[in-house]
Amino acid sequence: MANANLAVEFKKVNKWFDDFHVLKDIDLKISTGEKIVICGPSGSGKSTLVRCVNNLERHNSGTIVVHGKEVNNKLSRVSEISSEVGMVFQQFNLFPHLTVKENLILGPMKARGLSKKKAEERAMKLLERVKIPEQVNKYPHQLSGGQQQRVAIARSLCMEPKIMLFDEPTSALDPEMIAEVLDVIIDLAQEGITMVVVTHEMGFAKKAADRMIFMDEGRIVETGTPDNFFNNPETERCKLFLEQILQH
Amino acid sequence: MKNKAFIIVALFLVVGGCSSPPGTWGWYVIDPSTQNGWNNIRFLLSGFSATIKLSVLAALLSILIGLVVALPGMSLSRWVRLPSRIYVEFIRAIPLLPMLFWVFYGLPVILKSLGLNIPIDPFWGAAITLAISDSAFTAEIYRGGIQSIEKGQTEAARTVGLNYLQTMLYVILPQALRRILPPLANQFIYIVKMSAFASVIGMQELTRRANEVVVSEYRPLEVYSLLILEYLVLVLIISSGVRWLERKMGSDQRR
Repeated sequence: MANANLAVEFKKVNKWFDDFHVLKDIDLKISTGEKIVICGPSGSGKSTLVRCVNNLERHNSGTIVVHGKEVNNKLSRVSEISSEVGMVFQQFNLFPHLTVKENLILGPMKARGLSKKKAEERAMKLLERVKIPEQVNKYPHQLSGGQQQRVAIARSLCMEPKIMLFDEPTSALDPEMIAEVLDVIIDLAQEGITMVVVTHEMGFAKKAADRMIFMDEGRIVETGTPDNFFNNPETERCKLFLEQILQH
Repeated sequence: MKNKAFIIVALFLVVGGCSSPPGTWGWYVIDPSTQNGWNNIRFLLSGFSATIKLSVLAALLSILIGLVVALPGMSLSRWVRLPSRIYVEFIRAIPLLPMLFWVFYGLPVILKSLGLNIPIDPFWGAAITLAISDSAFTAEIYRGGIQSIEKGQTEAARTVGLNYLQTMLYVILPQALRRILPPLANQFIYIVKMSAFASVIGMQELTRRANEVVVSEYRPLEVYSLLILEYLVLVLIISSGVRWLERKMGSDQRR
């Protein structure tokens, strides 16, 4: 049905939280392998937009298609969609009662039916990739915020997703830990995986993004390459926003 | 804290016993050096096993009933939730003593009218009443524990492909259990104390035995003082067990 190069497509998507109209007529196409950075003031709907992709939030109208499959209310909450789409949360959401290794192998073993040995091999490989293989037997609370977020990234990657969503991955981190997490995400961006990142880290955006999206009051106000976006923002709203976050 | 309470009560009894005018206290009723006193003590202490058996059985039943009530109480469907809510609100509103009378004296009448000849002895009558009365509270403890787990945990479980059952089993329940067990154990203390009501339907537990000694010896002050100490010892043992459990449970859940 859809273009094979299309990873995600939003068509006239609307969503309300009770009376609050969070997403207004969102139209968006994301190609396979594209790295997208979404920014905008809080309450602009950027997190909700990302959470609609893997069905954590349900949209009220319009269609969302992920790799040729429509995301709708008929899908069970855990479906092919959610296993194709990895997600990294602002608050990490590691399982606190499980060790790092157990956090990583739970999904592959229970949802994918991998053997324990295979799952552990994969987990070790990914922990090396996020540069914390030595923490494998620790519990989340024994790790720093930055380390926890890197474990969370590895946990998502263990499911071998085609699309990775990052919902403000560094917003809950102490400043000195932001770089180590962003480095891992930039490293990941070198590969073919499709990435959608909600963040206000503009330095990261310049380095990693293929396309910038600026949202305000539930709409996509502006999109463009990082170059155009940062140097010649078209709308006043976007100009003002950039001035505010870049002045420091 | 609890040890201090114990010392204060014991001190109060000793000081009270020595300083009151002669004739106020008559410790001879429970003086182990006399034959009669020793017999009385043995009779009073022998109530422990019945109190413990009754409390443990009631607690186990309550834990089971509570879970059966709590799980539908968390359903997304209002109609599945409703019976659970009604049960909790209704049972919670009934005082223990009337419920005990109803089960012991009333329920057999209903059973008989249904052609069921099931006798309810004081032990089972008390156990069932305590369990049902307590289950409304255990159900709320379960619900609170499970709902206290952050929504992010469910979301994270979903994004690594787990279904509802797997999410409950591997992510939510193991975490909730650490929050549920200490208050459940606390609830056990409540059951032990409430088990004293079983004495009014003739069950031979601690309070009933004390009453019988009081009736034959006319020494309520000494006997009931000992009775209070008996419950105090029992509850102190349980609460130190609860604290041990809390320490053990708390060891790796911080984050």
